[in-house]
Amino acid sequence: MPAVSKGDGMRGLAVFISDIRNCKSKEAEIKRINKELANIRSKFKGDKALDGYSKKKYVCKLLFIFLLGHDIDFGHMEAVNLLSSNKYTEKQIGYLFISVLVNSNSELIRLINNAIKNDLSSRNPTFMCLALHCIANVGSREMAEAFAGEIPRILVAGDTMDSVKQSAALCLLRLYKASPDLVLMGEWTSRVVHLLNDQHMGVVTAAISLITCLSSKNPDEFKTCVSLAVSRLSRIVSSASTDLQDYTYYFVPAPWLSCKLLRLLQCYPPPEDGAVKGRLVECLETILNKAQEPPKSKKVQHSNAKNAILFEAISLIIHYDSEPNLLVRACNQLGQFLQHRETNLRYLALESMCTLASSEFSHEAVKTHIETVINALKTERDVSVRQRAADLLYAMCDRSNAKQIVAEMLSYLETADYSIREEMVLKVAILAEKYAVDYSWYVDTILNLIRIAGDYVSEEVWYRVIQIVINRDDVQGYAAKTVFEALQAPACHENMVKVGGYILGEFGNLIAGDPRSSPLVQFNLLHSKFHLCSVPTRALLLSAYIKFINLFPETKATIQEVLRSDSQIRNSDVELQQRAVEYLKLSSIASTDVLATVLEEMPPFPERESSILAKLKKKKGPGAVSVELEDGKERGELNGGGDRGGDAAIAASNASTPSPSADLLGLRSAAPVSGATPSAGSLLVDVFSEAGPAATSAGVNDDGFLRFVCKNNGVLFENQLLQIGIKSEYRQNLGRMYLFYGNKTSVQFVSFNTTVSYEIKSRILNVQTKTVEPLVEGGAQVQQVINIECLTDFIDAPLLNIKFRYGGALQNISLKLPVTINKFFQPTEMAAADFFQRWKQLSQPQQEAQKIFKASHGMDTEVLKAKLLGLGTALLENVDPNPENYVCAGVIQTKAQQVGCLLRLEPNAQAQMYRLTLRSSKDTVSQRVCDLLAEQF
Amino acid sequence: MIGGLFIYNHKGEVLISRVYRDDIGRNAVDAFRVNVIHARQQVRSPVTNIARTSFFHVKRSNIWLAAVTKQNVNAAMVFEFLYKMCDVMTAYFGKISEENIKNNFVLIYELLDEILDFGYPQNSETGALKTFITQTGIKSQSKEEQSQITSQVTGQIGWRREGIKYRRNELFLDVLESVNLLMSPQGQVLSAHVSGRVVMKSYLSGMPECKFGMNDKIVIDKQGKGGATEEAAGKSDLGGSGGGGGKQSIAIDDCTFHQCVRLSKFDAERSISFIPPDGECELMRYRTTKDIILPFRVIPLVREVGRTKLEVKVVIKSNFKPSLLAQKIEVRIPTPLNTSGVQVICMKGKAKYKASENAIVWKIKRMAGMKESQISAEIELLPTNDKKKWARPPISMNFEVPFAPSGLKVRYLKVFEPKLNYSDHDVIKWVRYIGRSGIYETRC
Repeated sequence: MPAVSKGDGMRGLAVFISDIRNCKSKEAEIKRINKELANIRSKFKGDKALDGYSKKKYVCKLLFIFLLGHDIDFGHMEAVNLLSSNKYTEKQIGYLFISVLVNSNSELIRLINNAIKNDLSSRNPTFMCLALHCIANVGSREMAEAFAGEIPRILVAGDTMDSVKQSAALCLLRLYKASPDLVLMGEWTSRVVHLLNDQHMGVVTAAISLITCLSSKNPDEFKTCVSLAVSRLSRIVSSASTDLQDYTYYFVPAPWLSCKLLRLLQCYPPPEDGAVKGRLVECLETILNKAQEPPKSKKVQHSNAKNAILFEAISLIIHYDSEPNLLVRACNQLGQFLQHRETNLRYLALESMCTLASSEFSHEAVKTHIETVINALKTERDVSVRQRAADLLYAMCDRSNAKQIVAEMLSYLETADYSIREEMVLKVAILAEKYAVDYSWYVDTILNLIRIAGDYVSEEVWYRVIQIVINRDDVQGYAAKTVFEALQAPACHENMVKVGGYILGEFGNLIAGDPRSSPLVQFNLLHSKFHLCSVPTRALLLSAYIKFINLFPETKATIQEVLRSDSQIRNSDVELQQRAVEYLKLSSIASTDVLATVLEEMPPFPERESSILAKLKKKKGPGAVSVELEDGKERGELNGGGDRGGDAAIAASNASTPSPSADLLGLRSAAPVSGATPSAGSLLVDVFSEAGPAATSAGVNDDGFLRFVCKNNGVLFENQLLQIGIKSEYRQNLGRMYLFYGNKTSVQFVSFNTTVSYEIKSRILNVQTKTVEPLVEGGAQVQQVINIECLTDFIDAPLLNIKFRYGGALQNISLKLPVTINKFFQPTEMAAADFFQRWKQLSQPQQEAQKIFKASHGMDTEVLKAKLLGLGTALLENVDPNPENYVCAGVIQTKAQQVGCLLRLEPNAQAQMYRLTLRSSKDTVSQRVCDLLAEQF
Repeated sequence: MIGGLFIYNHKGEVLISRVYRDDIGRNAVDAFRVNVIHARQQVRSPVTNIARTSFFHVKRSNIWLAAVTKQNVNAAMVFEFLYKMCDVMTAYFGKISEENIKNNFVLIYELLDEILDFGYPQNSETGALKTFITQTGIKSQSKEEQSQITSQVTGQIGWRREGIKYRRNELFLDVLESVNLLMSPQGQVLSAHVSGRVVMKSYLSGMPECKFGMNDKIVIDKQGKGGATEEAAGKSDLGGSGGGGGKQSIAIDDCTFHQCVRLSKFDAERSISFIPPDGECELMRYRTTKDIILPFRVIPLVREVGRTKLEVKVVIKSNFKPSLLAQKIEVRIPTPLNTSGVQVICMKGKAKYKASENAIVWKIKRMAGMKESQISAEIELLPTNDKKKWARPPISMNFEVPFAPSGLKVRYLKVFEPKLNYSDHDVIKWVRYIGRSGIYETRC
């Protein structure tokens, strides 16, 4: 391309810029700019014609002023004029100005598009390139609309210059990314794929970016690119480094192209054609071999380029996950890098190995490097590398090395960086649980964990210990002994006190035989920690005390004394005070039998996904997912036999155990219905109906949902805390729903969070929600907007899940969102003849749905009409020969299709019955609408 | 209280940094530079809160003075202090400029130590400061002198030392006012007020007791009732000359005094008596809003001719005694942002389009009272694709007139010095009135 020659430099511009640079203050700068703007305005006034040079100069100045942060509202016309100039520099400045400053201004866009069109159709390659660059830089929808058809033609035309082809490919890529719906490759597909065979390496490199992007969206259409890419790759890999001349970078042939080819291949499964696959395997082997060769240059660029290809090849090998030989070789290669003195390489090696570890072929190979990785964890200077090492240890852990790895991680935890401690704690907890063969080891590990990094042990971790201890009979005695010993340390973490309190409260009797841990000693030990703890822990300890009274009647007097003391019974904290009062009364009034029933040992917890794992996933995102599958397999054996306690038992325990259980039950993702009648006798109900914090709400509520079939606005849900109002509007296949969450209390809700879930979300409905503020003040109302797009007909409504904390208690509410298929009705008016003709057309048995049912409300004509209109259909008057009958018609709009729907409702006033008949072109729709509507009358 | 004080140049480089309290860290300096001096948008508020730290700044030419605090201080006090500090620096080394500050930084630190103690403002009277902070190097003073300084600074009258002697006892009184106005295009006054100062420069021997009198409405009314005994004093008017009207008394909305004025006496009988500091001092500041004499009337006429042309005609009328002369008159007519050319015709003075300020500036050297003059301009506009309409900023004006637009008159200033034998008659007294424009704007 022609460079700007010396004589073409703009002196005026240079002077202006140096003036600005020399300004002493901002005010001076603004003055200078104002002056210049006035000058340019007077020049652009229009009564005198400007030559191209001065036009270019002034446009340039305007551009500079704009880049300094000032508004420019003129000069666009002059810039557009520059586009039609024949000089390269003038055209270039024009395009520059346009791509920086143009906004979707209708009249100018037309002119600009015209100029671009002229340039695209010119034979001058530099002009074509400029135009393509401008399109790519602006990349707006208008541009895409205007040129999306033109550019593929340029790209594949035989007579286009190579440099233009490159620009065209990249320009098309940009347009595709911005507005994929406008760029339709269709007929060009195969010719674009064949660009991989192009002579010119630059064109191939540009085209492959485009192809990678396109094929990741619709892989099937571009399938043919695999074999081409493989052959291209093998040609590059097998070429001598001198063959490719310009495209050899520090003795590595075309590294960028190779990387991109390898990345393209990662979009596809391994090729099925044996020959192609053989060739590819050969290539990968060659790449691995080359890594072993001595470097041809000492320059860092050489090794960088080589390693880039290597790592890309390894990710491809991992992606295929089918060549054991290659996987093991890759693993060995990475093993070498683990000891490389380049930190970046070590990091990358650890990262890749993490993914290798999850493959069954290479898992063993990865394990051989355990010593090196542990060493890296201890000695590495960079925290991010240490983090990767920890990840890898976690990934490579299995039954054989679990003890070693957990021990190493624990010992590292003492010196670990604060930023990764919490994650490390979670990982240790998970590994300990997953690979625990004997549970005393598990208990030891977790208690150690709490001892070493108590602050970073989240609630979930200690909940989990308790769940496991309670579910496993064989470990309870050992656990009680261990926590008792751990509590004897002069300073122990609060989490340790919590675990200790809970376990001793449940299983203290198992170690009471030993005089060193007699009931009173246990109690005194726990009580010595009492005053150092926070309120929730104290509440838990109080519950442990009452359990002690049940376990060891001899401690009753001592404990009652403690409960009676002013610091408990008159505690300023309501929860503590209430527990003290109630426990005191309970211990003095209830007989031993009642006490034993109430304070029975906790029933085993129902099995569910480890809450720790869920937490780790939330923290890490996709990183931890690979482990999850294995985890599913392991969990069954871990807790020895699935659901022991049925639902009834849980409900009973919920009502008949004192509140500490609420701490644990609170984390249950779907809490059992608290309304279940307690089986433990009615005298206890009084005690506990006021004990626990406000009950968590019921599961999914259905009747609120049905009320909204025929109306769009109203109150969806209401309890003593929260009111949810709803307002919705639908147009064709789109809907918008406003949810209003009203806090009915005077206390603020914290961590307020709503999620909309839909089982097979993406295929049927497209639901987009905006997140709400996590804090809802008392008496305040927050609004949430939900956008819904109906893709095809559906039956199940999306679920709205609301979680928040009210005064510490976690509230969890699930509701069906009142989105039903009839919301997407479009009313259709038609005449009687028309209606019956269509009615007859839809006469196949599966197209009709009929229901005969009894009226549950009065049969008032106006009410019925209103309901039918609310359904969304058009109510057709004077169609049915019987005036008592109602006839409606409508079209359900979904993105995929439109379903015409006819309805006939025949009321029978004597029998108080209805007959409802639905006919539509789709059987599922008839059935669903019929079901929905039958509930309404 | 003030936690620290920084002085920056226009580039944001710190010239002076003095921290008085521990709660102000080093990063406060940078916070102000980044968020105020180098802010993307111009910061117009003089008080900025950054991370629970308040920055109070004033700007003198290219120099920024910023006082920093983490506490809830009286902002007016801080600004008063900053202004005082500017006065002190001006008194010591003249104009506040980067060069002067760099040349005198030792002196500035010395001053800062003196006038601010642990963030509490101290004696900032220039006269008093000059007795012990000098620029002439360390002068070994005798014990006697030192103790005299101490007793004077800590004594009852900290602003004046004893034993001053002049051969000619002289006294200058300046009434300086600035008149602010916002007027609608139809000539309706939307808001107007005058803020004025009485500045006194005295060269008097000994410890003279002074009494100042002016045509304050409350005093005049009281005297009117009290009888004609004081009328003689009223006649000894020091010769001020009113501009517009035969107004006898003015209503002062609020006023503040120099620390030398005995406030108890003012509160009780509304008389202003004091022992003045030697040299120059600002005796009082006041503000009036009623019956203001507006020295000029601006009548604008703006006509838009199509999309590309604008015709502006502005007439100014002077509204005071024909015998008086207004000076330094400047009318600033803003032009639209898409002005591409301007033609101006004016009968008097010089007018010019200043592109750098987006305004037509019309200057007239002198203009007598009860006259009028006009300017007309044709402004060519460049059509833009921006639909924004021009906001039409108001026409502003600057001038200087030799009378007090508030109508304030000095009735007397009496001097008594019981110990030395000179009387009120021996003192030579001068009075001058200067009325200047503040923000004097007319909408168009």
